[in-house]
Amino acid sequence: MVAKRIIPCLDIKNGETVKGINFLEIKSVGDPIELARAYAQQGADELVFLDISATIEQRQTFAALVERIAANINIPFTVGGGISALGDAERLLLAGADKVSVNSAAVNRPELISEIASRYGNQFVVIAIDAKCVDGKWCVTTHGGSKLSDKELFSWAYEAQERGAGELLFTSMDHDGTKSGYACDIYAQLSDKLSIPIIASGGAGNVDHIVDVFEKGYADAALAASIFHYGEILIPDLKTELLRKGINVRK
Amino acid sequence: MIAILDYSAGNIRSVMDAVHRVGCDAIITSDPAEIRRADKLIIPGVGAASVAMDSLKSLGLDKLIPTLTQPVLGICIGLQLMCKHSEEGDIECMGIFDANVTKFKQGHLDSDGRLLKIPHMGWNSVNELKTPLFESIESGSYFYYVHSYAPELCADTIATSEHGVTFSGALNVNNFYGTQFHPEKSGEAGERLIKNFLNL
Repeated sequence: MVAKRIIPCLDIKNGETVKGINFLEIKSVGDPIELARAYAQQGADELVFLDISATIEQRQTFAALVERIAANINIPFTVGGGISALGDAERLLLAGADKVSVNSAAVNRPELISEIASRYGNQFVVIAIDAKCVDGKWCVTTHGGSKLSDKELFSWAYEAQERGAGELLFTSMDHDGTKSGYACDIYAQLSDKLSIPIIASGGAGNVDHIVDVFEKGYADAALAASIFHYGEILIPDLKTELLRKGINVRK
Repeated sequence: MIAILDYSAGNIRSVMDAVHRVGCDAIITSDPAEIRRADKLIIPGVGAASVAMDSLKSLGLDKLIPTLTQPVLGICIGLQLMCKHSEEGDIECMGIFDANVTKFKQGHLDSDGRLLKIPHMGWNSVNELKTPLFESIESGSYFYYVHSYAPELCADTIATSEHGVTFSGALNVNNFYGTQFHPEKSGEAGERLIKNFLNL
């Protein structure tokens, strides 16, 4: 049986790891390669690197960083941020990325998903969706949560799957940075509607939150950043606890 | 000399990085003479089997590979091309392993009664391990998989995994080995397997 995955997420700006609190305040928390290697050794199942400066700044530094990540870590990793054309995805594939995540550009031009998927396979495309609840409706946002789009979460997630996305990374902007738990009910609804694996992101504050998103949200993977970066939860302890609760994780 | 086959089908770089991490070096080639001369050949692969098979054929390698006598390791699509037939594109493959490659069927349930996801993506335990390829690797170790098509069980099966159905996680016949999982992305267990292959 396939194991539930634990995925530390590293936000990258100018080659350094940062974590935005509600995507606004930014603190540097370390060298990406050092962090990545430490996570792989601790038992992280996968890593996500998001180039949060990509839409504004040069992407060359990031591609060079991706090459160093690929050379240094022995687990799969996804890269995202500013991927708006097939050529961007190809550059990151050649640099050694296992998957790319597309977000804002796919909202604006959904064909991007099918273009990448048909060239490099569904497994290579992760659809990343940031959404928040506005008047009871889950609205998809773009540009790091700063712009509301006209898309609705569930229909957009389904469309992305049908266009060839191999995985969904959904971040609840209402939960991100709050450390008050994941949006479990939303993940459960997504899991009912989709056949592709779902990565939950936004809200992890303690071990119980991660247990909940697997048990109640039926997520396939749990992504978190600050609780791992600041050592609030150590991955080996987390996995011991998940196993104790009967959740299948890789030891 | 270790050779990694370059046939425009994917993650050559990841495989090269992994070979480097276990302290070896390799050449990347599609040249028949170099391939024949190599001590070991690794056939990587991601993407669609039919596209990869066309690429092998256009290089004339579909005829060469089955005649090789040195250890050969096919990874993911690389393994699938060494099977008899793939449902992906309904193609005849090289027929080295006595297995057909079929798509995971929708509708299987996991232990929580939820529908199993396709693609099968993530870490899965690998069991019933055979041959020196798995030397010092415990049954039940986890390896990383990303695929929607898998080789059926057959006499050449040397490892099994389960995703709704039990399928071949790895195959071996004579000097030919194949893993459906990605050892180059499977942490320490994967690096151990790559070392084992390079020590064959």
